[in-house]
Amino acid sequence: MKIYSLGANPNKPCNILNFKGVSLMLDCGLDINPALHFLPLPLVASKRLSNLPNWIPRDTQDAALLDGELKECENRVLVDGPIEILPPQSDIFDISDVDTILLSNHACMLALPFITEETGFKGRVYATEPTLQIGRLYMEELVNYLERTPKNQRANRWKQVLQSLPPPLSGALRPNDWKKVYSTKAINAALAKVRMVGFNEKIDICGALTVMAVSSGYSLGSCNWIIHSGYEKIAYVSASSTLTTHPRPMDQVALRNADLLILTALTQTPAANPDSMLGEFCMAVASTLRSGGSCLVPCHPSGLLYDLFECLSVHLDNIGLSQIPLFFFSPVAETSLAYSNIFAEWLSSGKQSKVYLPEEPFPHAHLIKNGRLKHFPSLHAEGFTNEYRQPCVVFCGHPSLRFGNVVHFIELWGSHSNHSIVFVEPDFPYLEALAPYQPLTMKIVHCPIDTSLSFTQANKLIRDLKPGNLLVPDVYLHPPVSAPLRSDLAIQELDPPALGMKSYQVLKLPIKRKQEKVHLDPALASRLEPIQFKTGLSASTLTGKLDARDNKFTLKVLNEEEGGTLYSASERMLPRHPWGSVDTTQLLHLLSQHGLLDARVEDTPRGVVIHLPREDSVIQLEGSNTHVYCHDEALRRTLRDILLQCLPCL
Amino acid sequence: MTDIKVTPLGAGQDVGRSCILLQMGGKNIMLDCGMHMGYNDERRFPDFSYIADGNLTESLDCVIISHFHLDHCGALPFMTEMVGYNGPIYMTHPTKAIAPILLEDMRKVAVERKGETNFFTSAHIKDCMKKVIAVTLHQTVQVDSEIEIKAYYAGHVLGAAMFHVKVGNQSVVYTGDYNMTPDRHLGAAWIDKCRPNILISESTYATTIRDSKRCRERDFLKKVHDCVDRGGKVLIPVFALGRAQELCILLETYWERMNLKAPIYFAVGLTEKANNYYKMFITWTNQKIRKTFVQRNMFEFKHIRPFDKSYADTPGPMVVFATPGMLHAGLSLQLFKKWAPNENNMLIMPGYCVSGTVGAKVLSGAKKVEIENRQVIEVKMSVQYMSFSAHADAKGIMQLIQYCEPQNVLLVHGEGVKMEFLKQKIQQEYGIDCYMPANGESAYIPCKPVVPVDVSLSLLKKEMALYDTVGAPDPKRPCRMHGILVMKDNVLKLMEPEQAFGELGLNRHSIRFTSCIQLRLPGTASRAMDQIQLILNSQNTNYPVKPSDEGMLNLESVSIKMETTDKEDRKSMMISWALQDEDLATWIMSSLRQVIV
Repeated sequence: MKIYSLGANPNKPCNILNFKGVSLMLDCGLDINPALHFLPLPLVASKRLSNLPNWIPRDTQDAALLDGELKECENRVLVDGPIEILPPQSDIFDISDVDTILLSNHACMLALPFITEETGFKGRVYATEPTLQIGRLYMEELVNYLERTPKNQRANRWKQVLQSLPPPLSGALRPNDWKKVYSTKAINAALAKVRMVGFNEKIDICGALTVMAVSSGYSLGSCNWIIHSGYEKIAYVSASSTLTTHPRPMDQVALRNADLLILTALTQTPAANPDSMLGEFCMAVASTLRSGGSCLVPCHPSGLLYDLFECLSVHLDNIGLSQIPLFFFSPVAETSLAYSNIFAEWLSSGKQSKVYLPEEPFPHAHLIKNGRLKHFPSLHAEGFTNEYRQPCVVFCGHPSLRFGNVVHFIELWGSHSNHSIVFVEPDFPYLEALAPYQPLTMKIVHCPIDTSLSFTQANKLIRDLKPGNLLVPDVYLHPPVSAPLRSDLAIQELDPPALGMKSYQVLKLPIKRKQEKVHLDPALASRLEPIQFKTGLSASTLTGKLDARDNKFTLKVLNEEEGGTLYSASERMLPRHPWGSVDTTQLLHLLSQHGLLDARVEDTPRGVVIHLPREDSVIQLEGSNTHVYCHDEALRRTLRDILLQCLPCL
Repeated sequence: MTDIKVTPLGAGQDVGRSCILLQMGGKNIMLDCGMHMGYNDERRFPDFSYIADGNLTESLDCVIISHFHLDHCGALPFMTEMVGYNGPIYMTHPTKAIAPILLEDMRKVAVERKGETNFFTSAHIKDCMKKVIAVTLHQTVQVDSEIEIKAYYAGHVLGAAMFHVKVGNQSVVYTGDYNMTPDRHLGAAWIDKCRPNILISESTYATTIRDSKRCRERDFLKKVHDCVDRGGKVLIPVFALGRAQELCILLETYWERMNLKAPIYFAVGLTEKANNYYKMFITWTNQKIRKTFVQRNMFEFKHIRPFDKSYADTPGPMVVFATPGMLHAGLSLQLFKKWAPNENNMLIMPGYCVSGTVGAKVLSGAKKVEIENRQVIEVKMSVQYMSFSAHADAKGIMQLIQYCEPQNVLLVHGEGVKMEFLKQKIQQEYGIDCYMPANGESAYIPCKPVVPVDVSLSLLKKEMALYDTVGAPDPKRPCRMHGILVMKDNVLKLMEPEQAFGELGLNRHSIRFTSCIQLRLPGTASRAMDQIQLILNSQNTNYPVKPSDEGMLNLESVSIKMETTDKEDRKSMMISWALQDEDLATWIMSSLRQVIV
């Protein structure tokens, strides 16, 4: 068993597990972090951005080469070109050999079009229905944002002079493998390959493995995967949450006693508690609104957003700010909100019981009905100008602050100190995200909410699940670079020690298969004549025809005429398996019955040797070993049969 | 041979009161728990006393409900709360949401209108539903350590499911009611090739091959339109959920297209609520509705308004959907009483009617119908039967058999005579046994058990490798497998002899043979050896022939050594092997036949 790592971001994982001749790709995460090295793409041309000075390298030759590809903003060097992202890298594994892709949640599947449309992939993809639909929304939003603000000139030349660039650009990960985002056509083609699965649905993979999605509690339809060979069990745990939010709770029982637990996508903000951050978020928004300012909340179009709507509206009610409008901008806003109402089976039991009444499961349905929450596909959407009033709260993407409606709002509100920008999504470091907008006057509040497992929760989970082996991204084995002394922010030491998975590397895993399932045909089973040794223990020899179809094995009756042996049936002896030891007296008696009367017994230190001088043969008896030296085939067979008569046989 | 026993307590050669007992692998499972709409006495509910002493919790391992129609779940509160059952009950989420509403609806009709006593109460329905475990499609539910169930889409009504029940190595598929052709709001039933021992299928339309759905729809719309044009009132008795929504979609689009003004009403406050269920369980509807629901939810109707009792006497045309669907009680019966004597009016029966109900009498052409309190109604209104009922027809049933490839078929939920016809057809076409037990009659179905065995991987790999020619097994040479089957505490393991003896705690006795054979081979000993290797390799077996450092050849436990003799063209071959490779040694010697002196 081997695992291949195709990505470097443990929260956007992409690994290939090779087990029992089957190659399973576990998640297909897309690293959007390279976008942070680029200038934002505003909806309308921004004077400030286009007036940024070119970055001047020390070497004048480089300057000529760069031709203004790099701009400088408050000592940060940024690329002026179309936004690029880093798909999983397939240089260590041929993707066309992947049999199946298992997707855990919408956040870990955004690279799917790169894999299914550009690599010769021929296999199947599995995901739950919400994962598929919400994943589609994320992809469509991404493509919509980037296509809305096209930049034609690719910026590639800076990649040739990496060494002479200042950090953090000089340390960018694999810039030569960065790519532009896929097209809508590729999204549709990729998602058409996805087969929808339910929680706890057993799916057969090439007849060799069964896989099953179990709830992970992270988002609507998010799951972990159980991979079973019939004997060995592997649990793949991607983004999971033990907190009580809107999705179905995490199913931990199903993950127990695995031979291997693969654990990834733990919290990206190990030092922050999501509950208190949610509280801080509500307080920060409230205090800005009270002072007459508006709030900008960069966010993704689903997931955490539903919880934000719910908590914030209640909080605003409590402090008498119910009249404040909430705006949600996204090209997929309407679809996201509509879908959230129809996934009853994937919700927490509290939300589910509302559907039985029948009422909408999320309070945002009510907020929309009474006009508190208004959603628009974009800023120029019909009706927005009439509805727009301040102070307000604006939810919009993209959290990287490089594209989407959020760019417009920062440009609009950035220089006003009574407005604030509140960071809640944990995917991007907020200071880096803000770099191209500096200097900024608006208030900056950072309260990242990551509901994924914290290290404390992960360590407790590992203790509860008792896996035979644990595999985690290598970085989880040590405290984070930012807090080297916080040993509590790492996976604790275990026995056997946890295995660390390094990015872009192959790791051989210590799981050995020992058994396989074979089905006995009833006709063959009825022929068996087992010997009973004691109650509950018996044995029998078994000879049959092995039928292997789709990696499933059946043993059937072997007909004599079918052969299957090295020579004709008449000469064949059914294999016998003797045990115990030979009684010399009985042997001599049988020999004489067969006319072998000249046997001479000689004692040796380890047993006896019986000489048959006339036949030029010797039988050597040493406890449970017998050796027959005989050069006449007919005689040898006689001796063999005599010996087998002296021994109990299976 | 272990038999699977199937006993219908209802729906055996009959429609209504579906309740089927399934006994397999020592487990007892109840499939559906319906009531009969045609009876008002104790025959309405299944005879639970049939089950051992009536102690249901102890004798039943679980109850599975296929869908929310009362002839499939109507007896459930009676069974759990009045007879007493505390074990698990399984149904899909939409069924769990909608069933209690229909049960309450029926309870009201029975108790409040007909004044029946000894009927379950609202509290009973609530307590009963608390015992229900909701399942999703395709989810594998482990009922206990042995029973496993899995739901498949059945397309009959919202949330209708077929269930695959597995106990050990045996399995049964129960279809409930299903529909193999997608309709206006639901998709078609689907199941994978799960090869159950028995398929228990409904057979409502065992002999029908229905005409094109589109024709029937056009026919329906034309009749409604004509009636409304001549100022008549159209009564469509329906169940609140299911067919009603499909017909609403049909009329809504037609009204819009033809710009009709006559009002359409949907009776009972259930309407909006019912449609809400459809809106929120939209994942259970068909592809088209699911794809467009963000832009327009098909279940938000513009032309269809709630009905008020006062409208019944309003002159002028109207179309009214009223419950219940078989005219046996409630508003539909009241409106029927009012409207039946007028020949301008029309009654459209869109579904099956259980015999004994007013609906069934009217459909059979009765011009005078006796209803409750000996009241006789003269039927002058035109009566139309339009089969919109979403059941599989004969073709659909045959198709489902093809999908899941059962070893046996058992028919329920249909009329005996029609079943007989279908039974013949199934036996002819698929050559499998078909059963059709009557109520209270048990069918014993013999099943061949396939025994699962754990085989040691080293043994399997070794045997496979021997028969593997260039990565693919040679079809002409069956792979022969030999090992020792050890049966320990009912677990069967097939292993190599060495390992088996360890497991059995026995001292294996090894017997080895050594023979010396004179060969006619010229050249040095090592050249002679090469030649032997050549001969053996030419035999095209997969036994790896391994030369050893000491100038010996090894195949499994067989080792061959060559010695020169006085004569230049003679060699003495020493061959030695263990008893278990007797076959191999014999084969080697026969292969060398032409050079043996």
